Amino acid sequence: MAKFNMSPLKNEMPTQDPCVRNGNFNEVALGYTAEQAIDEAKRCIGCKNRPCVAGCPVNIDIPEFIAKVAEGDFEAAYQIIAKDSSLPAVCGRVCPQETQCEGKCTRGIKAGCESVAIGRLERFVADWHNENSTDKPVPAPSNGHKVAIVGSGPAGLTCAGDLAKMGYEVTVFEALHVAGGVLVYGIPEFRLPKAIVKKEVDNLKALGVKVETNMVIGRVITIEELKEEYGFEAVFLGSGAGLPKFMNIPGESLKGVYSANEFLTRSNLMKAYRADSHTPIQHGKCVAVVGGGNVAMDAARTAKRLGAEVHIIYRRGEEELPARREEIEHAKEEGIIFDLLTNPKRILPTATDNPRDPAYGWVNGIECVRMELGEPDESGRRSPKTVEGSEFIIPVDCVIMSLGTSPNPLLKATTPGLETLRRGEIAVDEVGKTSIEGVYCGGDAATGAATVIKAMGAGKIAAKAIDEYIQSK
Amino acid sequence: MYKIVRKKSLNPTVTQMDIYAPFVAKKALPGQFIILRVDEDGERIPLTVAGYDREAGTVSIIFQIVGGSTELLNHKNEGDSIPDFVGPLGTPTHTEGLKKVCVVGGGVGCAIALPVARALHEQGCEVTSIIGFRSKDLVILEDEFKACSTSFHMMTDDGSYGRQGNVCVPLNEILEKGETFDEVITIGPLIMMKFVCAATKPYGVKTIASMNPIMIDGTGMCGGCRLTVGGKMKFACVDGPEFDGHEIDFDEAMSRSRTYADFEAHEREAACNLFKKEVL
Repeated sequence: MAKFNMSPLKNEMPTQDPCVRNGNFNEVALGYTAEQAIDEAKRCIGCKNRPCVAGCPVNIDIPEFIAKVAEGDFEAAYQIIAKDSSLPAVCGRVCPQETQCEGKCTRGIKAGCESVAIGRLERFVADWHNENSTDKPVPAPSNGHKVAIVGSGPAGLTCAGDLAKMGYEVTVFEALHVAGGVLVYGIPEFRLPKAIVKKEVDNLKALGVKVETNMVIGRVITIEELKEEYGFEAVFLGSGAGLPKFMNIPGESLKGVYSANEFLTRSNLMKAYRADSHTPIQHGKCVAVVGGGNVAMDAARTAKRLGAEVHIIYRRGEEELPARREEIEHAKEEGIIFDLLTNPKRILPTATDNPRDPAYGWVNGIECVRMELGEPDESGRRSPKTVEGSEFIIPVDCVIMSLGTSPNPLLKATTPGLETLRRGEIAVDEVGKTSIEGVYCGGDAATGAATVIKAMGAGKIAAKAIDEYIQSK
Repeated sequence: MYKIVRKKSLNPTVTQMDIYAPFVAKKALPGQFIILRVDEDGERIPLTVAGYDREAGTVSIIFQIVGGSTELLNHKNEGDSIPDFVGPLGTPTHTEGLKKVCVVGGGVGCAIALPVARALHEQGCEVTSIIGFRSKDLVILEDEFKACSTSFHMMTDDGSYGRQGNVCVPLNEILEKGETFDEVITIGPLIMMKFVCAATKPYGVKTIASMNPIMIDGTGMCGGCRLTVGGKMKFACVDGPEFDGHEIDFDEAMSRSRTYADFEAHEREAACNLFKKEVL
């Protein structure tokens, strides 16, 4: 067999048929077979300058793990990834590889050529390990130092994993009843099965990480108490950006208007998508999702699976959609309608004025205007302008606002001396140090809403900084 | 797991439970709430703190059986455990500096009004309590209220106990007489709180209402609990649950509270049927 596979294109990812999957919550992408993985791995030419590694926020030794996949030694490949990533099965699924490792890949430079499918290979390796390996992670000998992690999302879990591997006694405090943060409440089952998140959390527990759920830090224990009373020498804040934004247009308080956070939390965390769930969710006939990011795609595809006709309403054009291309393509394949260059003006109520009428106070439509793009603004995106007199109504019975989120204000409100920036982001230096000694922060809490892997990168950098801080005390 | 250390039926539809949750008991204050789940697949139920014992590490909750989940909770007994109990959430009642307060409670809301009345009484505040129920067999916590009130008014809708009428009757009489309060604090059904706020508004008496809207996480994440207060959107879980009653859009809050009315009715019926089957 040839040493290299010089095919210009990636091995395609087997996926569920769009017309089938838009009616179920099973995972969309099915994953490579061992043969496909080996074939794909042989597309990597192991170039000397390793641009992919520089493109990875946690600097996984990508050519090395791919070389092991090409040899068929999947466990060895896993061990290489696990050195740098605490959540490989998650990253293989939700990282925007096209702008990171794969965006830099030598094989993808020439026109008409695709990069090596690094993300798909990472996913294959992690899934193979989780299915086939019986090796339990071995806890490192304790160094006697305690660190508290606030929030069990990607930043917190990564920071926890790295510190535990160095021998720290790590406790993760989570406000909700399950660990995982946005991985469990935000990202839908069909994109990231919750069993995979649980497995990754279990792997961390096997490393000695303690996870305390139902603990709203700031309320039940303050940051100061964690340090002074409970003996944690350092605290990492990975509390994310959970506060949903609304548009402040008329009608946002009507029944049938959700924040994307609420809609997705009901479905993902509270399992409202299952017929036997005790948590209600509206099964709209026609749903408008306002926004064009990954969260908007998740909300739209969830609403579709609950049986609705779904419109994405976004004020700029296709080019400007902030969601990953893959998510946009998947949404289109599943029959989501894109109303681009469109902006909502108000949400219209049902006609009845009688509060006793069960039909009173529900969403009955969304009035929008057409937009056109002007000159690029300071962010480089072309700013949209209203086309006067272009008002029109989309008849919908449910509206999901997916306009982004801000950092949760609870820690700022309960932690004297914790400095924040204009939009509520916790102020940090380049290694995640906050204005309070021994308190570090990373992920969306410090940056505002971003990606899983960026949060993991920040958790990793902070873990190193926390280690240096404690060792130098 | 969080153990139920004491269970007491206050009336046929209202139950008190003391739950062992030492971290919550250590920090809880009047006006704050907790969220619990009855079983592993259960919904998250927000309930206002009805009391706490910091020494024993317990938090008291008082709930009315209104839906499937509260039906399931009511079937738990002393010694049983529930998987989740998180709190304290929300901002505590501001009681500092208050000298003369009227506490107006309605139905199961009295359970939440009581710790507020107690805290005020303990700081030397003169407390007028007005509590109202539909009928005599739904009356709860009468003695407890009397013990911390300078003046006490019991009302029932049907006149089967105390005076007949709603809580606004004595409140209006008191205000008409020219008596005033530093604050009126009201906790109960939305419609009752709406009318209490309407009654105090002409007299310019500051009125605080405790809201209990639909919510999931209780930490500011879902926005399901949003209310319009003074024309601005507020989240009950982090900005409240107590707000200036003269600023709250009660009609909107009442409409939103009925979002899942059909689902709740169905769930309640399903839970009841489940227990009926067990009995047979």
